[in-house]
Amino acid sequence: MTDTTSGLTTSDGRPLKAALLAAQSKARRRAFLLVAPLLLFVILTFILPIAYMLQRSFENDGFSDSAPQLAAWFAEHPDGSEITEGAYAALVADLATMQANKTPGQAGTRINYTVPGTISLFKAAARKAEDLTPPYKEALIALDADWAAPKLWAAMRSASTSYSADFYRVAIDQKRGEAGDWARGAERERIYIYLFVKTFILSAIITLSCLLLAFPIAHLLATLPMAKSSLLMILVLLPFWTSLLVRTTSWIVLLQQQGVVNNILVALGLIGDDGRLVMINNQTGTIVAMTHVLLPFMVLPLYSVMKTIPPSYARAARSLGATSWTTFRRVYLPQTLPGIAAGSLLVFILAVGYYITPALVGGADGQLISNMISFHMNKSNWSLAAALAAILLVAILILYWLYDRLVGIDRLKFG
Amino acid sequence: MTVEPRSDAFVAFEHVQKSYDGISLVVKDLNLAIGKGEFLTMLGPSGSGKTTCLMMLAGFETATHGEIRLDGRPINQVPPHKRGIGMVFQNYALFPHMTVGENLSFPLEVRGMQKPERETKVKRALDMVQMGAFINRRPAQLSGGQQQRIALARALVFDPKLVLMDEPLGALDKQLREHMQFEIKHLHESLGITVVYVTHDQGEALTMSDRVAVFNDGKIQQLAPPADLYERPENSFVAQFIGENNKLQGTVEEMGANKCIVRLDSGELIDATPVNVTGKGAKTLVSIRPERVEFKPEMMPPGAHTIDAEVMEFIYMGDLFRTRLKVAGSEEFVIKSRNTAGQRMLKPGEKIKIGWAPQDARALDPM
Ligand SMILES: Nc1ncnc2c1ncn2[C@@H]1O[C@H](COP(=O)(O)OP(=O)(O)OP(=O)(O)O)[C@@H](O)[C@H]1O
Ligand SMILES: [Mg+2]
Repeated sequence: MTDTTSGLTTSDGRPLKAALLAAQSKARRRAFLLVAPLLLFVILTFILPIAYMLQRSFENDGFSDSAPQLAAWFAEHPDGSEITEGAYAALVADLATMQANKTPGQAGTRINYTVPGTISLFKAAARKAEDLTPPYKEALIALDADWAAPKLWAAMRSASTSYSADFYRVAIDQKRGEAGDWARGAERERIYIYLFVKTFILSAIITLSCLLLAFPIAHLLATLPMAKSSLLMILVLLPFWTSLLVRTTSWIVLLQQQGVVNNILVALGLIGDDGRLVMINNQTGTIVAMTHVLLPFMVLPLYSVMKTIPPSYARAARSLGATSWTTFRRVYLPQTLPGIAAGSLLVFILAVGYYITPALVGGADGQLISNMISFHMNKSNWSLAAALAAILLVAILILYWLYDRLVGIDRLKFG
Repeated sequence: MTVEPRSDAFVAFEHVQKSYDGISLVVKDLNLAIGKGEFLTMLGPSGSGKTTCLMMLAGFETATHGEIRLDGRPINQVPPHKRGIGMVFQNYALFPHMTVGENLSFPLEVRGMQKPERETKVKRALDMVQMGAFINRRPAQLSGGQQQRIALARALVFDPKLVLMDEPLGALDKQLREHMQFEIKHLHESLGITVVYVTHDQGEALTMSDRVAVFNDGKIQQLAPPADLYERPENSFVAQFIGENNKLQGTVEEMGANKCIVRLDSGELIDATPVNVTGKGAKTLVSIRPERVEFKPEMMPPGAHTIDAEVMEFIYMGDLFRTRLKVAGSEEFVIKSRNTAGQRMLKPGEKIKIGWAPQDARALDPM
């Protein structure tokens, strides 16, 4: 056989490949037009906000904008140079401009990210900036000794350009030492890494409890006759259709110390009246309520996979001599793996980013990293919130990648 | 019709009844004895309870009443995995997440067999169905016929004494089906196993089986070797269900020991063998196979009654001629004649007389 594939032509002499491309291009354009609205929507509401968030996690011009003269001084004097009278003079001039433009708060906030307590320092100095006379170094230090602190100057140098990685350092619990260099914060100040770890552990626990609860339900759903399984399905989906507040309130009613569950346990004599369990406004509350909320996301993929497994497999295994346990372990369970994988991934990722339920029933120690992100957003600490969110995003992407390597994304089955 | 179960039967159903809903019986008083090494086929229309019987034997359904014995041992209380019965399912039920080799070694593993022994057995079973080269494939990578062979090999690999097959060839095309029929039959003979086979397809039942149990409405209508079933149906259902058949409605006019005379509803008299009629005056349905009808006077037995017929249609089928006649008011009467030298080709509109030997017309119960 001669190799003719590359030289094939249509009957009128055009190369086959070109003819095929031309024939397909119209169909492709049509397909693109069909998805274009969705694409636009996704870009506007998903890609752009995430890109903006990522940018915010590096960029903050709160200080660099309002302190141009100091920024110029920093640009001329490389890191490590002595802070001279010239620097103080530039600072005082900038403080005066800030006072005129009403921006000392904004500048202070930026510095405050890395050196706490600086907002008031900036506001106070800006108010008096007009009245200060040279030498400015002594004058400022006389106003407040903190103006001599090396870590303040290190922070101002870093903030004098609009881009920096400061917020990421803060987000992994680093802190400027007295000399201005980065170091791990004191034990009791390290909150973010702990929260990240806790978020992942709690999410794993929630995923596991969802799986344990959902597996039998999904199996029942897949094997019951249609009429009964529809009813059961409605019960499973009920959490979706119930208002979040109603759901949360009922959890509080059930789980609080004078609540239904505790009362029953006391009535049964399982626990003493003085030993009532604390099950709400703590981690237990977060786990219980989130398991409830996320259960349908586990049930549905499992159900859709189990429904496609004909009962004849189990029968075949039994007739071949397997006990019911072996049949489950060797034949049924492996076939449900795509559902388990999909459900677990879905629930885990949702749980990692969940915020309302822990905020409502988590109390102090049931808070997740999203609650911290929301806290910083409410305080207008946008950059720190963005850095925390970006770390969360990257962590999830890494997990997703690992998952793809281990399980294979193409094996997922969501429905 | 039932056969009293023999005490030495390998598989015995005794007065077995089955109801799924507590209202209606799906299997009604089933008595069936299957000998060791026998190939027994359950044949019947959809919903007649064949699968249900098989499932009760395999242990996936419990008999509502009655006893099922395997090798003399009552098995009603024995769970399916302890019955040691091989089973081939209609959709094959090969485990999709295991390779062909793993599928076959599964029944050996759960029996605690060691690896070297497993491997030889798996290999032997695969060679038996000529699929040795496919040991590392997954079921999804096999064609329907290949999957069928693997399913067969898996049901045989652990040397069961009894193998159940529920329409195992239902999903295959005609040619492959005929080939597999031959192979299954061959395996049955060479291994000496007992096979209970379920099918819709009467051709399959007739060619493969030692005996066929014709099911209808939860009852065995007739249990007989294929030739008996075709030539000596015991009731109208079996006569209708197996092969092509002409039926004539009438009343018994004269009753003898081996012969009766039936007056058709249209008034003519015909000869028949009384099989399933009570006596003179009884309503009956006479059944005659198309190839046993004669239209040449010299071929008819002396003294046979003949009736008038008019040729409606003549179909040349190569080896056969198939002629549709109008007989006793019905236009559905068919005769088949072999294309022998000098055979007459009837023409539409031709008027002829037809008759038959009394033993070829069977007077059965009216439907
Ligand atoms: N699990 C079940 N629950 C309720 N009724 C059932 C069940 N399985 C079968 N039936 C009923 O029992 C009757 C016999 O069914 P069975 O499956 O034994 O028929 P079959 O002879 O195998 O038919 P087919 O040739 O179509 O496979 C049918 O009327 C069917 O509707
Ligand atoms: Mg069936």
